[in-house]
Amino acid sequence: MRSRLPRSLVAFTALCFVFLHAPVLVLAVFSFNHARFSMRWTGFSLEWYQKLLHRSDILAALKVSLIVGTVSTLVSTVLGTLLALALARHRFRGRTTLEGLLYLPIVTPEIVMGISLLLLFATLGMGLGIPTIVVAHVAFSISFVAVVVRARLEGMDRALEEAALTLGADEMAVFRRVTLPLLWPGILAGALLAFTMSIDDFVITFFVSGPGSTTLPVLIYSMARRTIEPTINAVSTVIVVVTTVLIYFFDRLTRGRGQEEAAA
Amino acid sequence: MSRPRALLAGLNRRPRLVVASLLAPGTLWLVVFFFVPIAVVLAYSFMPRGVYGGVTGGTTLEHYRRFMDPLYLTVLRRTVVLAVACTGLCLLAGYPVAYVIARAGRWKNLLLFLIVMPLWTSFLVRTYAMIFLLRDTGFVNTVLLALGLVREPLTLLYTPGAVLAGLVYGYLPLMVLPIYVSLEKLDPTLLEAAEVLGARPAARFWRITVPLSMPGIVAGAMLVFIPALGAFLTPDLLGGAKQMMVGTLVQNQFGAARDWPFGSAASFVLMAVVLVAVLAYLRLRDRGSVEALA
Repeated sequence: MRSRLPRSLVAFTALCFVFLHAPVLVLAVFSFNHARFSMRWTGFSLEWYQKLLHRSDILAALKVSLIVGTVSTLVSTVLGTLLALALARHRFRGRTTLEGLLYLPIVTPEIVMGISLLLLFATLGMGLGIPTIVVAHVAFSISFVAVVVRARLEGMDRALEEAALTLGADEMAVFRRVTLPLLWPGILAGALLAFTMSIDDFVITFFVSGPGSTTLPVLIYSMARRTIEPTINAVSTVIVVVTTVLIYFFDRLTRGRGQEEAAA
Repeated sequence: MSRPRALLAGLNRRPRLVVASLLAPGTLWLVVFFFVPIAVVLAYSFMPRGVYGGVTGGTTLEHYRRFMDPLYLTVLRRTVVLAVACTGLCLLAGYPVAYVIARAGRWKNLLLFLIVMPLWTSFLVRTYAMIFLLRDTGFVNTVLLALGLVREPLTLLYTPGAVLAGLVYGYLPLMVLPIYVSLEKLDPTLLEAAEVLGARPAARFWRITVPLSMPGIVAGAMLVFIPALGAFLTPDLLGGAKQMMVGTLVQNQFGAARDWPFGSAASFVLMAVVLVAVLAYLRLRDRGSVEALA
């Protein structure tokens, strides 16, 4: 039995979806506008996208973002997956405490994390650059990866591993041939999440990046504070499209788990 | 390939060593690059200010005392008021949205994706899109002028309303998701039973649906309130200098003002408010689960 939803409620919900998505959509549409300053539509144009390819500062920032994103994703995925395996598969002293501590980076305001790392690096006399950004990104991604991978581990059917053990496989073979393949979508989802967060992060990166290590969001921020220019619309649209594709895959990977559970 | 395999096989015979090697790298990273830095901030907040933003030896309470100045208390009050208002508006808008999604049938997955998507879209890009819409020559004013609804562009940007709109825009999905989860779990036979027993729709909603979705409401309020308290980008880009929140104050101290110890103290005031919110949440949640058992 499903009672029908009142029209007004559906209309209100539609309005909320417009509120959530219209600003970025309008921005994306106007990134194809020929006019430089006016909000009037003066014709379809790809010139702002062509300009992007000739902006050395944007290309340099993109390179930094990709390096930081790749390295920090690899490190945080490995460390987060190991933590998830320990938490889901082993009983040890301090387990509950560790679980609680794992959630702390998730609830700590980004700005506090940013300035705390800045103070640490300053106290240690470390110069700010790509390595400090990578360290910071790994620090905020580990918890998220661990939570995602752990959810996958908890949803896994242990009977398969037990069967492999019964059939004479040693523990290492079971891990490599049974556990890891089953866990793989979870690890990949965690990695996608870490990469997206790294590429998107502004607040923490702002405090731990140096003069030669501007990431794309930090560059966009300084551009957006100075002026409104169509190149920002174009580069923003590129970022939104890329992250939407990544999140679509993340969604499919994590939803796959739900379907298996539903089928079981 | 054979050597690491032998090594790992050896590890497997010693479970404590396995656990230690799984835990050590991640825990060490979090300790060194999360907990130690927070401790450094705490230490800075109690140290006298040195030259060039640094600190000198000794301990002092002057930075916390300075925060008691009406100037900064206004910033703190504005931050809390905006965060509470944002949480309230998100609840008012988010509950109906979650309710509709929970009953959307075959549209459910698409609507859920549309709710989650903004969370993973760069917050900076989304906030910038708000500037693009709200500034004097922005999209909203252009449309209003073209329709003849206003004669002069409205001042929308750099107002408290712009900051509030930006916060709701940023965090609304965080309210919708937990409420959706609790509505989804709601057993429809309870509502049918109430209907059979003669409860009118309003009574069914207020006396069954709302109480049973309370865990989602509390979790959503928490998820919205905490980032709204610590917001930095939204007040910075949409509010300008007049709408300073604690997040922007902290940024100023580490940027232009170069007063690191005062910025550290302000951070800890922020952390203290967050902690109070987390503790309140945990109490509410535990009381809720006790009620649910009873």
